Amino acid sequence: MVHLNNIWFVIVAIFWVGFFILEGFDFGVGMLHSFVGKTDVECRIAVNSIGPTWDGNEVWLIVAGAAIFAAFPSWYATMFSTFYLALLVVLLALIVRGVSFEFHRKIDNPRWRSAWRWSLTLGSLFIPLLLGTALGDLLHGLPINSSHNYTGNFFDLLVPYGLYTGVTLTVLCLFLGAAYLTLKTEGELHDRVARLSGRLGWVAAVITFGWLTWSHVGLSTGFVPNPIDALALIAVVGAAWLAESGSQGWAFAAAATAIGSVVGSIFFELFPRVMVSSTNSAYNLTVANSASPSYTLKVMTVVAVIFFPVVLLYQGWSLYIFRKRISGPASTTEATPAGPDGAPTAPIRPPVPAAGE
Amino acid sequence: MTTDLARWQFATTSIYHFLFVPVTIGLAFLVALLQTSWYRNDNPAFKRLTKFFGTLLLINVAVGVVTGLVQEFEFGMNWSNYSRFVGNIFGGPLAMEGLVAFFLESTFLGIWIFGWDRLSKKLHLTCIWLVTGASMLSALFIMAANSWMQHPVGYVMNSQHEPQLTDIWALFTNPVFLWAYPHVILASLVTGAIIMLAFSAWHLKRKSSVAAFRRTAIISVCVLAPAVFLNMFIGSELGVVEGKYQPMKIAAAEALWTTCDSHCPFSIFQIGGGNNDETPTQIWEVPDLLSILATNHPDGEVQGLNNLQAQYVKEYGPGNYIPNVFIQYWGMRVMAYLAALIALFALWGLWLIRRKTLAKAKWFLFIAPWFAITPFLMNTAGWLLTESGRQPWIVQGLMKTSQAASPSVTSTDIWISLSAFVLLYLSLGVADVYLMIHYGRKELEPSLVDGGGGGGGGGGGTDQPESSSSAESEDDRVPALIY
Repeated sequence: MVHLNNIWFVIVAIFWVGFFILEGFDFGVGMLHSFVGKTDVECRIAVNSIGPTWDGNEVWLIVAGAAIFAAFPSWYATMFSTFYLALLVVLLALIVRGVSFEFHRKIDNPRWRSAWRWSLTLGSLFIPLLLGTALGDLLHGLPINSSHNYTGNFFDLLVPYGLYTGVTLTVLCLFLGAAYLTLKTEGELHDRVARLSGRLGWVAAVITFGWLTWSHVGLSTGFVPNPIDALALIAVVGAAWLAESGSQGWAFAAAATAIGSVVGSIFFELFPRVMVSSTNSAYNLTVANSASPSYTLKVMTVVAVIFFPVVLLYQGWSLYIFRKRISGPASTTEATPAGPDGAPTAPIRPPVPAAGE
Repeated sequence: MTTDLARWQFATTSIYHFLFVPVTIGLAFLVALLQTSWYRNDNPAFKRLTKFFGTLLLINVAVGVVTGLVQEFEFGMNWSNYSRFVGNIFGGPLAMEGLVAFFLESTFLGIWIFGWDRLSKKLHLTCIWLVTGASMLSALFIMAANSWMQHPVGYVMNSQHEPQLTDIWALFTNPVFLWAYPHVILASLVTGAIIMLAFSAWHLKRKSSVAAFRRTAIISVCVLAPAVFLNMFIGSELGVVEGKYQPMKIAAAEALWTTCDSHCPFSIFQIGGGNNDETPTQIWEVPDLLSILATNHPDGEVQGLNNLQAQYVKEYGPGNYIPNVFIQYWGMRVMAYLAALIALFALWGLWLIRRKTLAKAKWFLFIAPWFAITPFLMNTAGWLLTESGRQPWIVQGLMKTSQAASPSVTSTDIWISLSAFVLLYLSLGVADVYLMIHYGRKELEPSLVDGGGGGGGGGGGTDQPESSSSAESEDDRVPALIY
C-alpha cells in the first residue's frame, strides 16, 4: 500500500504548512508586540489580536507530530531523538510562551509582567527558528546510520543550510505577523505596523530568494524551480509589494501563501524521502521504509477524513468571530468593523448572530 | 544509566502534568455547571461564580496544556526504540487525541475566554461544555493508549516479530481501558470538586459572599460524594482486571511473596520488611479481604511474587520480573486510604448540607482548604501504582523498558533536559500555586452576589446588571485589555 503512505506524507506536509501559516502570524505578533507597541495598552492590543486563536493554532504542531508518530513511527522516532536538545529548547519555549498569555496580566508587578513579555517574545522567536532549522536539516541530511539512528552530536545539527531555513521561516513569520497586525489594529499603532510590514516584506523577499537559490544550487535539487518554489517567490515578492502599497488584506494572504509554500517546498523536495542520511543515501528514511502498516494508515485516514474538515470549519469560524479590529479602551463600547478585506478567512457564517452588536 | 535517567524524566514530567490534568477536567465540568445555572435562572451571582472559578480553571489549563506537549514529544525524544516498535499502534490514539479532542478543546477554550460579549449566552455556554467534553475525550484517547501498554490487544506479531495493529476497536474495548478510563475521569471530578470546595470553604469561613459560596460548596460536595464512592468501586474492579492481566502488579501491591490459596488476608499496615517487604516484623491484617479485592471471591487464590517470577522466567527467559514492591505496597495504600478519607469527608459534608449548617460548620470549613492536598497525593500514588507496577515491561509481555530508550540520546543530554524541566516546573509550580491562592481568595463583587434569585438579573440582558466599576470586569469587556 504505497498509495496511503504517499497520502499520509501529504497530510503531514499539510499540517506543517498549516502550522507555519496559522501559528506563523502568532509567532510574528509575539516577537513584535513589545516593539510595535509604544504603550502598555498597545502591547496588549497586539497580543489580544491573537489571544483567542493562538492556542488552537498551536495544536497544528501537535497534530503534525502525532500524525508522524502514527503514520511514520520510524520517522517520528529518528526525528525526535535526533533533534533532542533542539526540541528541548522548543518545548521550554512552548511552555513559557503558552503560560505567558494567561499569567502575564495576573499580577500587577513590572518585573513579573516584563518577565512574561520576554517569555512571549523569545518563545515566539526560538520556536520557528529551531523548527525551521530542523525542517532544513531533514532535507540537507544528517549523519544517520543503517538502523536509522542519529550518530552526530548537537553541533552537527547546526547545518548552515538548516540554520538559514530557520532564519528564513522566522523572518517570514515576522512579516506575516506584521501583516496580520495591520488588519487587526487602528490608529497610530496601525500606521506603525503598516510601515513595518512594508519594510519587512522586502527583507523577507530577499531572504526567501536566497533560500530558494540555496536549495536549488547548494543542494543541487536542479536548476529549474518546481511549481511550489515559483509560487513562493511570486507570493513573497507580491506580498512585499502589496504591503508597501497598502493592500493589507491581500498582502497578508500573499505572505501566508509565501510561508506556506516555503514549508511546502521542503516537503516537495524531500519526497519520497522523509529524512536524508548524509552518511549513506541507502540509510535514508523514506515514506516506504518508515511508514506504519496499511491497516493503521486506513484507520487514520478514516479519522482524518471525518474530523479534519470539521476542525477547519470551527477554526475558520473562530477566526470569523474575532475578525474585528481591536481598539483601545478610549472607544470602550465597540470596535470599528474591519474592511471587507479584513477577515483572513471566513468560510462559514455563525449560526447565531453575536450578541450585543 | 540513560534508561534510568529517561525513566526519571518521564516520571517527573508526567506526574507533574497529572497534577494539572484532573483539576482541568474536574473544574471545567463544575464551571460548566455554574454557567448552566446562570443560563437557566439568570442569577448574576452564578455569572460571577463562573468567572471566579473560570479564572482558577484557566490558570491551571495554562500549565496543564503546555506540560502535555512535553509528554507528546518525549516518546520520540527519549523512547525512540519504543516509538519505532509500537508506533503503528500506540501512535494512533495519540494522533486521534490531537485531531478529535485537542483541536476542539483549544479552539473553543479561546472562544470561551474572549467570547463573553461576542456570542449569544447559549452559544457561549455551548463553548464551555465543548471544552469540558473535549478534555474528557482527550483523556479517553490517552487512556486507551496507556491501557494498551498495561494489556496489549488488537495486534498480531508480524514476520519480523514486531506488533502490528489489526483491530483498532480492541484498544477501546480493552477491559483495562474500560475500567481505567472512568477511574481517571471520576478521580478528576473528585479533584475538581475538592478544589472548588476548598476555596468555597475559605470564603465561607470569612463570611465573604456567603450566599454565593454556600452554593458552590453544596454543588462541590454533591459532585464529590457520588464520584468518590463510585470511584472506590471502579478502582477495586480495575484491580481485579489488572490482577488478571498483570498479576505481578497486584501481588507486589500486597507484598505477597508466596502464593495464597484461599481466604487471603489484606495487610492494612506492615513494617520491618525492608524495601521488598519480604519478612515484615509487624503486620495488621483483615481476613479474606485480599481474596475479595483481587478476585471478587472470599476464597479466591492470589498468586505470590516468587511463584510468578518462576513462571515469567519460564515464559520470557531469565530476568527480574518483580516491580518495586515498596512503591507498589505503599502506592496502593496511600491511594486507597486517602480515597477512604475523602469519602468520609464527603459524607460529613452531606450530613452538614442535610442539617443546613454547611456554611457555619467551623471545623469542616477549617479543614476543607487544607484538604485540597489529598487528591493530588491520591492521584500520584495511583499512577505510581499502575506505572511502576508495569515494570520491568514498557508494554506488558511485549517489550522491556530496558530496550525502549533512544540509542542516540546520551546521559548528558538527559541530565540537561531533566534539570531544565525540573527548574522550570518548580518555578511554574510556585507561580501557579501562588496565583491560585491569590485569585481564589479574591472577593466576589458584593453588590451583585447576595442579590438573590432570578429577580436580580432582570431580563435577558447579558451585561446590564454588571456595569460596575471594578477594573477586573472592565478589562474583560474591552478586547484590548484581556491579555
